[in-house]
Amino acid sequence: MAKYSMHILVCGGTGCRAAQGLAITESLKKEIDENNLNDTVQVIETGCFGFCEKGPIVKIMPDNTFYVQVKPEDTKEIIAEHVIKGRKVERLLFVDPDKKEKVSDSKHMGFYRKQLRIALRNCGFIDPENIEEYIGREGYEALGRCLTEMKPQDVIKIIKDSGLRGRGGGGFPTGLKWEIASKNHADQKYVVCNADEGDPGAFMDRSILEGDPHSILEAMTICGYATAATKGLVYIRAEYPLAIKRLQVAIKQARESGLLGKDILGSGFDFDVELRFGAGAFVCGEETALIHSMEGERGEPTVKPPFPAESGYWGKPTNVNNVETFANIPVILIKGATWFRSIGTEKSPGTKVFALAGKINNVGLIEVPMGITLREVIFEIGGGIKDGKKFKAVQTGGPSGGCLTTKHLDTPIEFDTLIAAGSMMGSGGMIVVDEDDCMVSVAKFYLEFTVEESCGKCAPCRIGNKRLHEVLTKICNGNGTREDLELLDNMSRVIKDTALCGLGQTSPNPVLSTLDNFYDEYLEHVDDKKCRAGVCKSLMQYVIQPDNCVGCTACARVCPVGAITGERKGIHFIDQSLCIKCGACIEKCKFNAIFIQ
Amino acid sequence: MAKVKSLADLRKMKEDLQSKVHLREKGDNYENLVQVKVGMGTSGIASGAKEVFNFFVDELEKRSIEGVVTQTGDMGYNFAEPTIEVTIPGKEPIVFGNVDMKKADQIIESYIKNGELVEGILPENYDKIDNK
Ligand SMILES: Cc1cc2nc3c(=O)[nH]c(=O)nc-3n(C[C@H](O)[C@H](O)[C@H](O)COP(=O)(O)O)c2cc1C
Ligand code: SF4
Ligand code: SF4
Repeated sequence: MAKYSMHILVCGGTGCRAAQGLAITESLKKEIDENNLNDTVQVIETGCFGFCEKGPIVKIMPDNTFYVQVKPEDTKEIIAEHVIKGRKVERLLFVDPDKKEKVSDSKHMGFYRKQLRIALRNCGFIDPENIEEYIGREGYEALGRCLTEMKPQDVIKIIKDSGLRGRGGGGFPTGLKWEIASKNHADQKYVVCNADEGDPGAFMDRSILEGDPHSILEAMTICGYATAATKGLVYIRAEYPLAIKRLQVAIKQARESGLLGKDILGSGFDFDVELRFGAGAFVCGEETALIHSMEGERGEPTVKPPFPAESGYWGKPTNVNNVETFANIPVILIKGATWFRSIGTEKSPGTKVFALAGKINNVGLIEVPMGITLREVIFEIGGGIKDGKKFKAVQTGGPSGGCLTTKHLDTPIEFDTLIAAGSMMGSGGMIVVDEDDCMVSVAKFYLEFTVEESCGKCAPCRIGNKRLHEVLTKICNGNGTREDLELLDNMSRVIKDTALCGLGQTSPNPVLSTLDNFYDEYLEHVDDKKCRAGVCKSLMQYVIQPDNCVGCTACARVCPVGAITGERKGIHFIDQSLCIKCGACIEKCKFNAIFIQ
Repeated sequence: MAKVKSLADLRKMKEDLQSKVHLREKGDNYENLVQVKVGMGTSGIASGAKEVFNFFVDELEKRSIEGVVTQTGDMGYNFAEPTIEVTIPGKEPIVFGNVDMKKADQIIESYIKNGELVEGILPENYDKIDNK
């Protein structure tokens, strides 16, 4: 075996791959070959590093040098300078936006400083297509201990004691769920991994599957042992081809090494995992809908109880957990419940992975201890708001969540505080909104998504959300009234109380929380017919400022609908009833006389 | 890959496979480990820096010392090549000049293992860009 003194890690997540990650790997390998370095330098394609804003990322170990926005053409210099001569390629280093200094070590970057990677521990660290690297990182050790040294109830006890709560959105205690499944007896039981990840903007589950697929297989097998299930199914959306491929490779390797299949590690316990593909409907992430979809039925939810743990896949007891929940399991079993409880908060121990998106400087995937504040996440890790704009709100929990505002910036983030603040954890999407965004339009955007994704089975969701969307559209078009605001509020509450599944029960959240936190913006829309962010086109007015107008007639000539009138050398005027808000005049005016109101 | 038949089997395998990722684990945890940086400028290489580098990589492992050996550019001590910088966690980095195998051995045994200084220390005068 070659004895490498240097490892070059290249991000092979979906994001960086799209940005030529693959070409970078190829080209690095070629350079290494040409320089006869095959025995000392190894190139490894890993999962996502999280700092997608600056991708593709190349990291050199053991000197921990972090190169950002690398292009295939840069690899020659990396090899010639860094690898051969030991000189860092300065122009590829990350520049600290505050201090304007180059930072070569990711540990000193604001983006990573407050992160703690448990679920993402192997993402960006190992080659996900190589089971040996996973085993080298204590992979399958937890499974080995469970099967060899522990009884199923001991395993459940540790998970219960750890306080781990489901990361798929609901936050249900995982140990308790396993216990319920273990107590329901049947000739066949199932373990399902929910990798549907329907929240637009969330990609943590995909990243874990792409970067560390074995951790999920190991955790599912442990869950099988704990609940006496022998079959595992991963329900994954077909739009995740790379995650599917990595899972398939991992399953094959695990089977070949006897870590899946019959008599695992000589314990007599059998377990195997198969994949099931989803078409990508949001509601299919709901566990009962997911199970129906796996059975070949329509992906529609049914009333709970019965919960899947009693009657799930083909009517058998089925334990459903989210990808990120599973990713925590092996570590908890190795390091213990007390260790896990020492991280995060009392009611929400551990960490949570968030996908930062929207108007934030550092877009990417982060893992932080529960209890961290929004301020730390947005301004320290996220690097603040893009283009120096003002922070307005952050939508957490995706379409089922709500928006949090400046007054919540110092609230610790955990399951219960987010709910108390009118939002929820959801799967961990965080979309940052700045002063240029209109909150009514934000609510409308999420409702559009819900209306599209509602399965239509129950009336409150099918009809109610559509009505909500109509009213929001009416307000954005400048035809809203105060009564409409009341209607929004009432209807939202009715939908929440009467919808059948979690989709409908949470879909009005974006409306309620924007009403709650940004009532003045709604009022401006209905009373003053004004949209302060200038997003609602119908509420915008192009107006001529008489002081500046010299009467050059340029605007009147360019206006396609003849809305502008005025004498030559006289002040011009825009007829609002004719104006179509095309903006042609404002571009034409050389005297800055036209502005938007 | 061979079948893993028991937990003992798995653990043995892990011992063997650990080396695959160990370098990265050390890099991730370098602040708590002995760090040896070898100056690899043209004059360093000409006077045997590459051999010194390999010596440290091999010997630290043989002598069961958890350390990170990296190369850096020319450290600016042309008169005393090969030059290396050694950092013991919690201590200031120290630069040694004219390091041959014998000196390297001495540095490992006396300074790295026991914290005793050895001859050949150079005043620190170069610009560090690493680990900012
Ligand atoms: C509309 C809707 C969509 C959901 N989508 C997902 C999803 O994409 N992924 C997921 O893990 N859970 C999703 N859930 C939650 C699941 O129903 C279930 O609670 C979860 O998979 C349980 O795993 P956990 O306890 O590990 O979180 C969704 C729930 C609802 C109501
Ligand atoms: S709440 Fe919506 S998604 Fe859920 S069952 Fe009713 S119609 Fe379908
Ligand atoms: S283009 Fe400007 S200055 Fe000329 S008439 Fe129109 S508003 Fe007045």
